[in-house]
Amino acid sequence: MLQEESDLSLIIAQIVQKLKGSNLYSQLERQAWGSWEKRILKSLNSMCTELSIPLARKRPVGEQKELLNKWNEMGTDEPDLSLFRPVYAPKDFLEVLINLRNPNYENSDSLSFRTHLGLIQVPLKVKDIPELKECFVELGLNIGQLGIDDSTQVPPELFENEHVRIGQKVLAEQDSAAAQQYIRQGSPTALRAELWALILNISSQPEDVLYYEQLKTNVIQHDLLVDSLIYKDVKLTASNDDYYFVFEDYLYQVLLCFSRDTSVLSHFAFNSASPPKSYIRGKLGLEEYAVFYPPNGVIPFHGFSMYVAPLCFLYHEPSKLYQIFREMYVRFFFRLHSISSHPSGIVSLCLLFETLLQTYLPQLFYHLREIGAQPLRISFKWMVRAFSGYLATDQLLLLWDRILGYNSLEILAVLAAAVFAFRAVNLMEVTSLAAAEAVLADLSTLKVMPLLQIFLFATVT
Amino acid sequence: MPRECQRSEYHVFQPLTSSPQGYGRQDLSSENQNYKGHGLSKGKEREQRASIRFKTTLMNTLMDVLRHRPGWVEVKDWLRENFDHTYMDEHVRISHFRNHYELTRKNYMVKNLKRFRKQLEREAGKLEAAKCDFFPKTFEMPCEYHLFVEEFRKNPGITWIMKPVARSQGKGIFLFRRLKDIMDWRKDTRSSDNQKDDIPVENYVAQRYIENPYLIGGRKFDLRVYVLVMSYIPLRAWLYRDGFARFSNTRFTLNSIDDQYVHLTNVAVQKTSPDYHPKKGCKWMLQRFRQYLASKHRPEAVETLFRDIDNIFVKSLQSVQKVIISDKHCFELYGYDILIDQDLKPWLLEVNASPSLTASSQEDYELKTCLLEDTLHVVDMEARLTGREKRVGGFDLMWNDGPVSREEGAPDLSGMGNFVTNTHLGCVNDRKKQLRQLFCSLQLQKKASS
Repeated sequence: MLQEESDLSLIIAQIVQKLKGSNLYSQLERQAWGSWEKRILKSLNSMCTELSIPLARKRPVGEQKELLNKWNEMGTDEPDLSLFRPVYAPKDFLEVLINLRNPNYENSDSLSFRTHLGLIQVPLKVKDIPELKECFVELGLNIGQLGIDDSTQVPPELFENEHVRIGQKVLAEQDSAAAQQYIRQGSPTALRAELWALILNISSQPEDVLYYEQLKTNVIQHDLLVDSLIYKDVKLTASNDDYYFVFEDYLYQVLLCFSRDTSVLSHFAFNSASPPKSYIRGKLGLEEYAVFYPPNGVIPFHGFSMYVAPLCFLYHEPSKLYQIFREMYVRFFFRLHSISSHPSGIVSLCLLFETLLQTYLPQLFYHLREIGAQPLRISFKWMVRAFSGYLATDQLLLLWDRILGYNSLEILAVLAAAVFAFRAVNLMEVTSLAAAEAVLADLSTLKVMPLLQIFLFATVT
Repeated sequence: MPRECQRSEYHVFQPLTSSPQGYGRQDLSSENQNYKGHGLSKGKEREQRASIRFKTTLMNTLMDVLRHRPGWVEVKDWLRENFDHTYMDEHVRISHFRNHYELTRKNYMVKNLKRFRKQLEREAGKLEAAKCDFFPKTFEMPCEYHLFVEEFRKNPGITWIMKPVARSQGKGIFLFRRLKDIMDWRKDTRSSDNQKDDIPVENYVAQRYIENPYLIGGRKFDLRVYVLVMSYIPLRAWLYRDGFARFSNTRFTLNSIDDQYVHLTNVAVQKTSPDYHPKKGCKWMLQRFRQYLASKHRPEAVETLFRDIDNIFVKSLQSVQKVIISDKHCFELYGYDILIDQDLKPWLLEVNASPSLTASSQEDYELKTCLLEDTLHVVDMEARLTGREKRVGGFDLMWNDGPVSREEGAPDLSGMGNFVTNTHLGCVNDRKKQLRQLFCSLQLQKKASS
């Protein structure tokens, strides 16, 4: 929980870097992440100063009561957020990634990497298609899939009915490992909420509900600057979405609590990043007076709320929705906006995407590069958001089924490449970045599973 | 507040009646004052170079659809305004039934439904009659005032809604809980000056307000569904697969019955709400809504809900079957407004003979243009169909003088088999593909037979 004196200092202290393990790329990560974090915090800091708003303050009792009354309809609030800016947007983060270099690395060593013409210049190991085929074997052509073999033309006796039956059995036996294996072929709509909960090991115990209520109390009692950033993000993204606008209220209820949840800090153990710290006024530099800011260590960026929005389709009880989101975040989503060498980290995903494109669609890749439309510039935002807000919801959920099933985000890079492959003909005809963006602006009609299957299993390699 | 000429955009298809006949016509014609000569009807020539003439004054969706239809020609000064007393050639079609108000005006609809229910009870028993209980208890004012008071007293504390019978877009509606409220209102309306907007007290209904609506994201919504009736005798009705759920912008609570924005999900009202942001839309396509339900409820529960919705269409149409003036030139596209409550029971709010065809977003535009295209396919001025089709584009034949089965062949009505009706509300609408296949096979059939 947030420990605080009456108010906090506006000055953010120097970031303390902690290195976990002896990762080969630790040097690279530390430098890159360090300067990136400095930038973010500087931005946050200057917003504070400009607007003369403290990072955190205790709410007066009257305000607390008001917020409690409005808890289920915070979306009706229209605070003036015009002066708030998102701390950063995916494209800012991309610039950082592009500039990543490993100082220990010498270009002349690796032949293959010398010819890498994409934006990412870090030689991480990524899979090629044969390896991906092995990894994603359940997506093969001769295996039934939801998202393909449940379409209207296919009689349900061929696959769907049996698949649903197996799903029900898995749920009845509460077998988490089996559920994870099962969901690789997709989850039936009616079973998805329970299956995901089973795989993520979420069961709503009274103590979980209580924990959520405590977080809620925290929100009522204290106002954080990041709250305004959260409001702004929800208003800009989810509220403007044709489908997610309905769930606006739930998003506040989840994200405001999320930012106060110090248990999220534990994920930093798997991350070379460190949560930003702040010091209580007058005690700058003294570790015992350092607190994490925001308490969960995660500064929301533009589009952050879209991680939560699709989950509102499945979970309606706030504390359950919260738990599911938190678990999804600490297992998967955090990797999409922090620098690491993990195969599911955003750097690896970017590299995987670019490598796939350059290797298997070289003509397209070169063409786009020539016209100043580096493919990663377009696909980055899809991957950072795990395609939320870009795909139709039912397709997105089928995709996230596979993320859970394979416990990996690599499928995002594969899908991004598959989308480019699908629209290759149109893309070959464009002559500018803007035109390329236009061709790829609308993904809402795409069917995810056929795209993946064709790209992995039906393209000549 | 929409301007006069904008109002005509909403009421595309207008009954071209100007002479009042009987009770209630007064109102229709006073509505029509503002739109003269709006209407849609076509002529067709059966010669070699068939061309189909049309006239409409609607911009936006309908104009786009009509102009793009191959072989259709717009004519400017061809139609008269008054179709009541003119003879129409066999090949002319008009998009309204003369007395559709029997279905679309709330007080008439209630009367017809009540009468039909009694008949059903006599003929088929209480259980069958109960299938007509999808309309919240409604009383005409003031003629049924005493009946209303009786019902009111039997259910103290519930909320009632007062609606004008002939208004649209949510105008003139308010909620109340005390008799005192309506007595005040009656006094007010009697003593007010004769404004243009004034509606005589006789033209209201008091209806039981549904206090436990199904909420999504804490918001109330209703469903807009499209039903195309090609004839009443025999009853032939088609159901469009697409439609949408319209959300209220504010959060539902019974505390604020004065806040009409909360309770009225009608887009026209929502547009004037201070919370309204045009970018948001505030609609969900029915597919999304059906998927949402599927992820929250068991498949059987969702099936039952949609079957109950089908039942609303059929019973409401059957109840006016004998009173609607049957005319083979006429067809009509209705917009049904359905409300779902927390027990997953659907309620009929009203039926619109002139559902709005203006598009509030790109998605909406596509829905409405496809809807109109498919409507014209079913009307079939080009005489391409055989008349035995069960599906045309996004339309499924729901009732053909009897229930229509999804299965091929004659439906098994013995009650033993699994009769699944041929409706697919909220399901996948692969209309382009279906139309291509349909017209291809029709062409082949024609060639084969010629």
